[in-house]
Amino acid sequence: MGFISSFKDSLGAWIKSIFKKKRAKIGIYGPPNAGKTTLAKRIVHDWSGDDDFGNVSHIPHETRRAMRKEGVVINANGSSIELDIVDTPGMATKIDFKEFMAFGLSEAESKKRAKEATEGVIEAIKWLDDLDGVLLVMDSTEDPYTQVNVTVIGNMEARKLPLLIVANKMDLPNASPARIKAAFPQHAMVQISALEGSNIDDLYKAIAINFG
Amino acid sequence: MILMREVQMDLISGEKLEKMTSMEKIRLILDKVKTGRIVVLESGLTPDEEVRLIEMTMTEIRVDEFSGIEIESYPSKKEGSFFDKIFGRSIKGRMTVIGPANQIRTIEKDKYQISTKVSVGD
Repeated sequence: MGFISSFKDSLGAWIKSIFKKKRAKIGIYGPPNAGKTTLAKRIVHDWSGDDDFGNVSHIPHETRRAMRKEGVVINANGSSIELDIVDTPGMATKIDFKEFMAFGLSEAESKKRAKEATEGVIEAIKWLDDLDGVLLVMDSTEDPYTQVNVTVIGNMEARKLPLLIVANKMDLPNASPARIKAAFPQHAMVQISALEGSNIDDLYKAIAINFG
Repeated sequence: MILMREVQMDLISGEKLEKMTSMEKIRLILDKVKTGRIVVLESGLTPDEEVRLIEMTMTEIRVDEFSGIEIESYPSKKEGSFFDKIFGRSIKGRMTVIGPANQIRTIEKDKYQISTKVSVGD
């Protein structure tokens, strides 16, 4: 009996290991200033205790190089999943250095930032080829029908990879997650404030369900 | 005297796009947009072509010359014929408008309509 029981357990674990992926490389995508790095910092802080992951700024394109944190173990929804978190630079179709000057940067600083931002967009696109899933972060106060959102969602659908929409900035009074849900009803969505941490446990449950 | 300024708009048919490779489409679009034209693609681009267009655009941005593109399309449609699904061609591109970022601005966009404003350079 012991042998049969042990065999059944081993077989079960083997089947589970094949059909249920327990380690995943997840990219955090979205337009500039959606709160991608704020979210990445919160996830990394909550599950690894590391407080030194990325910089946050109100000036767009603060993250201009993708950053990866390996082996972040999330325990939620009764299961455990190990993630490699990749915080990607904001995706955009246009970058004008003059927009940075409006935030008080000098012309030289703005031109340098613009050049690095274009490289960052290319890097974010290259990462799409090397991921198991995407957290697409949207600013709940903004129109969700941006081309960046449409393009990232289209690419994940074409690659048949899991996607979870994160409706961020729910702490702001004009946040409208319903508008995001109406725009992309076919995808799972969690509404959070990465800044304040509200509903963050719902996000971890959704990560375990969608990427586990 | 009122000076009339003009913007050239090129509407490219689905038939023409079907005969082109991805790189040919991207080159055609960027060459037109960089000269100030607005391009409307009847059948749009695939998601992969869209992302490659953005990538190529980033490499061609130049200070005071070209700051990028404004591109607007509808979310991809999954429906396709039985054979499209069999051969993994179930995601179809949809009508897409592309123009120079400093000339075209999206006013409103939803599932059914894209409204843009085109400004004419000085």
